Amino acid sequence: MNEDDRAGRGSLILGGAGRNVSIAVLSTLVFFTVLVLVIVNAPGWENVKHTFFDPKVFREYFRTIGHAFVLNIKIFLVAEVLILILALGLAVLRSLPGPVFFPLRLMAIVYTDVFRGIPTILLVYLFGFGIPALQLSHVTKDPVKLGAAALVVIYTAYVAEVYRAGIESVHPSQEAASRSLGLTRGQTLRTVILPQAVRRVVPPLLNDFIGLQKDTALLAVIGPVEALQRATIAADTEFNYTPYVITAFFFVLITIPQARFTDWLINRQRQRRMAGGQL
Amino acid sequence: MSALVCEDVHKSFGSLEVLKGIDLSLEDHEVVCLIGASGSGKSTLLRCINLLERIDSGRISVNGQVVTARGVDVNRVRRGIGIVFQSFNLFPHMTVLQNVTLAPRKVMGLGKREAEEQALELLSRFGLEDKRNEYPDRLSGGQQQRVAIVRALATRPQLMLFDEVTSALDPELVAEVLGVIKELAEGGMTMLIATHEMGFARDIAHRVCFLDGGVLLEQGRPEDIFSNPQEPRTQQFLQRIIAAGRL
Repeated sequence: MNEDDRAGRGSLILGGAGRNVSIAVLSTLVFFTVLVLVIVNAPGWENVKHTFFDPKVFREYFRTIGHAFVLNIKIFLVAEVLILILALGLAVLRSLPGPVFFPLRLMAIVYTDVFRGIPTILLVYLFGFGIPALQLSHVTKDPVKLGAAALVVIYTAYVAEVYRAGIESVHPSQEAASRSLGLTRGQTLRTVILPQAVRRVVPPLLNDFIGLQKDTALLAVIGPVEALQRATIAADTEFNYTPYVITAFFFVLITIPQARFTDWLINRQRQRRMAGGQL
Repeated sequence: MSALVCEDVHKSFGSLEVLKGIDLSLEDHEVVCLIGASGSGKSTLLRCINLLERIDSGRISVNGQVVTARGVDVNRVRRGIGIVFQSFNLFPHMTVLQNVTLAPRKVMGLGKREAEEQALELLSRFGLEDKRNEYPDRLSGGQQQRVAIVRALATRPQLMLFDEVTSALDPELVAEVLGVIKELAEGGMTMLIATHEMGFARDIAHRVCFLDGGVLLEQGRPEDIFSNPQEPRTQQFLQRIIAAGRL
């Protein structure tokens, strides 16, 4: 293996070391210089600059929107915990063998099909406006909770599929080995199958969570003052779209570390596989 | 009382009949080798005895108990039968010690300490105590297979099944695994061994059974089967083995 190959595996972004780094830096500089020149020299640039990148508006609303963004963070953190638990349950239901469990498997399949099919924003509307309209005395009318529930319902369907792929990726001989030792089906699932399955699906799972975090902005349509809603109020007050750019900035800010972390995990798993190491 | 009795065991996968009425019994402390070409039904028979496959008809008894009857606690039966697979099938997310103590803790209800003490005793018997904290992928194939044997022994089975346990090993690692099986045989373990290692079978077996197309065609003392086989199919099979330099 030559040096470039080794370095290439270590750094997915730069794709090499030494001479390759210089080439990467140079081509990046050229690309972005051209891009900036094209945008700045566009006929409508002055107008766009004023509407989307107004420094005065930026300074005025940065903190306010940052505070509102805390609500997005709270929503997705709570949702993620619930999704991890519920989706695992759903995936296990769907992998139960034998005719006895057919009704449960069927329910799990219908659930996944339905909620992966519904656009998230529609379910947010349905939960946010439909459930309070039922006027049930013990059910919350808090749009934050209802909106979060809609996200949990949708993403549980996605994450269950991720778990299921993980469960199915564990070779049947593992189950045979465990059962041959006298472990029950449940013990086998808990101690042999799931620990291996979950390890393998962490990267795709984090990927789904990045999607979920962005989708917290959809709750704006039913009223809670989270980052996007706050930005809309500000934009309507100032007749300026800079608050939206601020909101985008916050979403990108929390996504990047997770994306890099996911890359790092994938890379580590690949290296361990190649070294014949432990997954 | 026989350690194992198979009576007219039939097993099909779809339209393919893999076992066509197997009659076979093992006495206590007896070592029986199953030989035969790939696809002759050796592995399937072992998996049926361990109840990993459900037989279509016939009867299998272990230590006098009919294990293929309805309402039998399969997990209890499996505790008494150790099986070792061709591809080791160690749990890759567990250390050697965790692999070996899993069944004693989960199935036999031993405490962690007690299970580990017993596991270490077994591991050191087979020269593996210094590997106790390694993960399986850090071990050689021979070491992995020895750990798999120890794992199967940890529930103190009365009957051990070996399913071509050296077929996935590099040639230089075969001997260490066969050595372990030999040691078990000398200790009086009742064993049913599916193998392609004819020299080993001749060495260790009290009886050799030749399986052909799902039928137990011929059985007898190893010296009789290997030097004076009666059935033409057995002769053919052994000639091919000799031609391949494996006997």
